[in-house]
Amino acid sequence: MIRVENAAFRFREDWVFRGVNFTLERGQTAAILGPNGRGKTTLLKSIVGLLKLAEGRVETHGRIGYVAQKNDMSFSYRVLDIVVMGRATHVGMFRTPGIEDYQIARLTLDRLGIGGFADRIYTQLSGGERQLVMIARALASECEILILDEPTSALDFSNQALILGILGRIVSEDGLTVLMTTHVPQHAQHLADTVLLMHGPERQDWGLAHEMLTEARLEALYGVPVKALDVENHGRTETALVPLFS
Amino acid sequence: MSLVDETSTPAAKRRLGLWTTLLSLLAASVLFSLGIGRFGVSVSNVVSILLGNVLPLEPTWQPVEERVVELIRMPRILIAGLAGAGLAVAGAALQGVFRNPLVGPQIIGVSSGAAFGGAFAILVSESQVLLIGFAFGFGMLAMLVVYGISRQQGRASILMLVLAGIVTSAFFSALVSITKFVADPDDKLPAIVFWLMGSFASASYDKALLIGLPVALGSLVVYLMRFQINVLSLGDEEAQSLGLKVERTRWIVLIAVALISAAVVAAAGIVGWVGLVIPHFARMLTGPDHKVLIPAAALIGAIYLIHVDNVARASIAAEIPVGIITALLGAPVFAYLLRRAANKGWSSE
Repeated sequence: MIRVENAAFRFREDWVFRGVNFTLERGQTAAILGPNGRGKTTLLKSIVGLLKLAEGRVETHGRIGYVAQKNDMSFSYRVLDIVVMGRATHVGMFRTPGIEDYQIARLTLDRLGIGGFADRIYTQLSGGERQLVMIARALASECEILILDEPTSALDFSNQALILGILGRIVSEDGLTVLMTTHVPQHAQHLADTVLLMHGPERQDWGLAHEMLTEARLEALYGVPVKALDVENHGRTETALVPLFS
Repeated sequence: MSLVDETSTPAAKRRLGLWTTLLSLLAASVLFSLGIGRFGVSVSNVVSILLGNVLPLEPTWQPVEERVVELIRMPRILIAGLAGAGLAVAGAALQGVFRNPLVGPQIIGVSSGAAFGGAFAILVSESQVLLIGFAFGFGMLAMLVVYGISRQQGRASILMLVLAGIVTSAFFSALVSITKFVADPDDKLPAIVFWLMGSFASASYDKALLIGLPVALGSLVVYLMRFQINVLSLGDEEAQSLGLKVERTRWIVLIAVALISAAVVAAAGIVGWVGLVIPHFARMLTGPDHKVLIPAAALIGAIYLIHVDNVARASIAAEIPVGIITALLGAPVFAYLLRRAANKGWSSE
């Protein structure tokens, strides 16, 4: 469970956001959408505990696993060594991961279908593969809340589909509470129960996904026309949210 | 899947080969070094002399050879090895917690603080104990100053730490210059200058113990923190989000590093570049995992400094300051390693 009450963050004189309120129940998935610079990443980091809010408070129940938007790895660690670092909260000061920690790391890699990556060098992996490893590291911490910052950015369509598919499966299997940011309304539509639209410093809309992901709201959010197109896919009608660039 | 014991993987078996090689090299280096010098002793005699300590051997060597090997060379080689191992461990730990290959023990100000402490002790007294005490005390003081400057709102950013280290080093270097300026040019000044250049010449078993204890303690702490250093090397934010107590972890490592560096400076003066080059070189052999990197760096550092000291004491009739040789070797080797690593994508993208 994540409860955000009256959250506000200030950068020097300017408010990045103010009066953010929402409660994400256990086992639910929420997506945050909004233009660049509206404080999506800042909000996530405040919930994770990496940044301090100027006002308001955040309450979370359960261990948080965090997948950052980008990580610049200074050292070329083995994938298994990186995933086992997800066990850091379970390993005391002056101690090292035990056999069971390595087993959990390997099982998590297997679960995501990348068991064969264990001995590969992280910095030599592709973008999609790295994202899977980062998700594996978060899951290896045995988190109950998973927070992801643009997990599909900079990935091609097939890798986007891969990440979305794996997230959907893991979330339902483990009953995780998930909060993620994205720039793709369709990804939110695919995964999220609820959506937070960050319009500006003083205005945020929180509501059920199908109520938030409408033509009018998305157009107001981005200032770009967005059309909801009904398309037929293998005998089912699905709605595609398409931005129009003129 | 089956349960995998991480100690029986191919990687672990490759490592066994590495340890065997490094330990054999270290043993061979010690035996070789005990024999060479202005008074040469054959390797077979060196081995016999050493075995004579534990076995009832009939002496086939001259008493003077035994004295040279056991009372003069052995403590010196011990100190050189300890200093090399300590500096390499300190450097490996610092490069990990600062996520930067250009960091060495000098960066957090300990070396310059210890240099001033030692120089001041030489100025005011003849006592070896005072020298070691002062070097240690001022080394720690310099680190606390760095800590004080860099800490803002309860946190210390890496950039501030490095900058504070540079500022503090500059200040203590000025104090060293003042000490030299007021020193008696016939007597104290040369003593200070030669001590600062770095030397293992005045070695004894007492001194080996004095440097050995802090080096061993500091290195033990660093080794126990090997996993935490791994996590910290991902960056502060990542480490914190993984649940590591970032500040506390970093300061435990820094204090251990300060302990090691101050002890080495106290015993042997400023021996630069070892803590920078050796961990870098070791990482190429072992990869970045500090579990393997730290002990490998220790062994390579010991082997390296023992041989550097061989050159210092046995290459020409006079004694060459060790610090000069390590800098002459270290700078170009480091430049080469840096270029090689850059081609292999060592750094972040």
